[in-house]
Amino acid sequence: MPAGAQQTESVTRDYTLGELMVAAAAREIGDGELVFVGMRLPMLAFLVAKRAHAPRAVGLYENGVIRETPSPELLYTMGDPPNLRGATQCSQMLEVMGLLQQGRVHVGFLGAAEVDRFGNLNSTWGHRNNQTIRLPGSGGACDIACLARRTVVLLAHERSRFRERVNHITSPGFGQGDSWRTAQGLPERTGPSALITTLGVLRFGSDGEAFLASVHPGVSVEDVLANTGWTLRVADKLLETPAPTTAELATMRELDPHHFWTR
Amino acid sequence: MPPQGNASKLTTMRDAVARHVPSGSMVLMGAQLEQMIPFSAGHEIIRQSKRDLTLIGPISDILFDQLIGAGCVSRVMAAWVGNVSAGVGYCLRRAVEDSIPRRVEMVDYSNFTMALALHSAALGVPFLPTYSTLGSDLLLKNGNLREFSSPVSEEKLVAVRALRPDVAIVHVQRADEFGNAHIWGSLGVAVDGARAARKLIVVAEEIVEPEVIASDPNRTLVPGFLVAAVVPEPWGAHPSPVQGYYGRDHAFFSQYHEQSRELEDFEHWLERWVLSVPDRREYMNQLGACRIEALGVREHALSAAADFGY
Repeated sequence: MPAGAQQTESVTRDYTLGELMVAAAAREIGDGELVFVGMRLPMLAFLVAKRAHAPRAVGLYENGVIRETPSPELLYTMGDPPNLRGATQCSQMLEVMGLLQQGRVHVGFLGAAEVDRFGNLNSTWGHRNNQTIRLPGSGGACDIACLARRTVVLLAHERSRFRERVNHITSPGFGQGDSWRTAQGLPERTGPSALITTLGVLRFGSDGEAFLASVHPGVSVEDVLANTGWTLRVADKLLETPAPTTAELATMRELDPHHFWTR
Repeated sequence: MPPQGNASKLTTMRDAVARHVPSGSMVLMGAQLEQMIPFSAGHEIIRQSKRDLTLIGPISDILFDQLIGAGCVSRVMAAWVGNVSAGVGYCLRRAVEDSIPRRVEMVDYSNFTMALALHSAALGVPFLPTYSTLGSDLLLKNGNLREFSSPVSEEKLVAVRALRPDVAIVHVQRADEFGNAHIWGSLGVAVDGARAARKLIVVAEEIVEPEVIASDPNRTLVPGFLVAAVVPEPWGAHPSPVQGYYGRDHAFFSQYHEQSRELEDFEHWLERWVLSVPDRREYMNQLGACRIEALGVREHALSAAADFGY
């Protein structure tokens, strides 16, 4: 989208919020990169990236599957039979985790219930109506957050989820900022790269603190700030998140015609 | 040909669970993640009212939730417990938040540290090192993850303590009567899990002649001498998929999500799908021929044969 092209509420959007987030996630994948794909929207984002701009990207899945061609059908889980047929390799969990720990994985995708100022994620203990609730837990999220060169997180942008400090770090971001990751012993040149939310995209400064890098079409900075539980920094050159292209939408709708993942 | 003197290990699910899964056991299930989850074994464990189990597994697509809801579980050592395509596990929430039907202790792992814990046991060493979980609350709260200084470099690492389940239940595509088993597709931590456990139950879609297994020894991921029992159980992993046999019953997972949200609904679900059916055959009858047919393989995709000739 050209700079200054302001999309307003009155403009009819021919895509859903989920589709916008998938397109934004797909653009975090570079051609030829090794990608830890994860679940839900990122499964679709990987397929969109493969078709659109990253045909040589390689997908890694925690069950051991390594795939260079898009799955021929919509996936509900990474273990669905279409994701295994025609795979490059069906290896074991330790083998893909080994590639991750070696530093070979460029980008990993995660979801989370809560995030804080420094990109620390909580997916173990949530909050609802002042009660602590038990969530499913890490899965591979902690491993990806510790070991992938870049981590991209997709989550709903709500004040209750965007907290000054998460009270349980399931998956470490930049901790308390600055050189915290190094002090913990985490590998160099790893850490969160982007938070793709339902309102915009946040990135991280060299001090490890998140800032608002782009807002989605029709979303104001005030909307974002009001839904963030700390005083969020805003980029000097705030962008608008580019809308999905016709080709990206066509791929998403071919694979997910009933909007199971992209409502 | 199998070595002389081998005895058949074929048995029923009822017998395998009765003999090899006593109350209080540490049980590994769901080693292949979303595929080949041994639901029929889990349901038999519920029917036999096993108690105080420790469940071990990387993730557990609704089977752990059901066992927790049925009151069989006192502890879970896992990376993720819930419903993969639908969200949280309501029985887990009730147990952890409100001790319904009983309190459950959670020992939280990540997938990688769970795989390393099993691999460590499979190698017969007390721990294996990793950088994963540094800086996380998993490291602070799980006593089986301990930070240490590397003896060969100036680095911090995490020692993941070996985890040795009392019994592993592994679903496979095919096995012979001695327990030699072929698995393909989603492997996850099945190979490490099978070797880490003190006892191993193999649940097979098909029992085949030993010659079939021996024809492709690279695909034999479980050697029979490790196996305590072999259970022939077609459709034993439903609603999870088995590559080459049946697909994932996505609707069943969604329905479970709705029908486990409230305690009373879950109790009805458990009665209908577990307690009131004696075995997997009756469960499949209840599922119905139409649904079974819809889940079957629509297009077979055979691998090229590998030549072991010389």
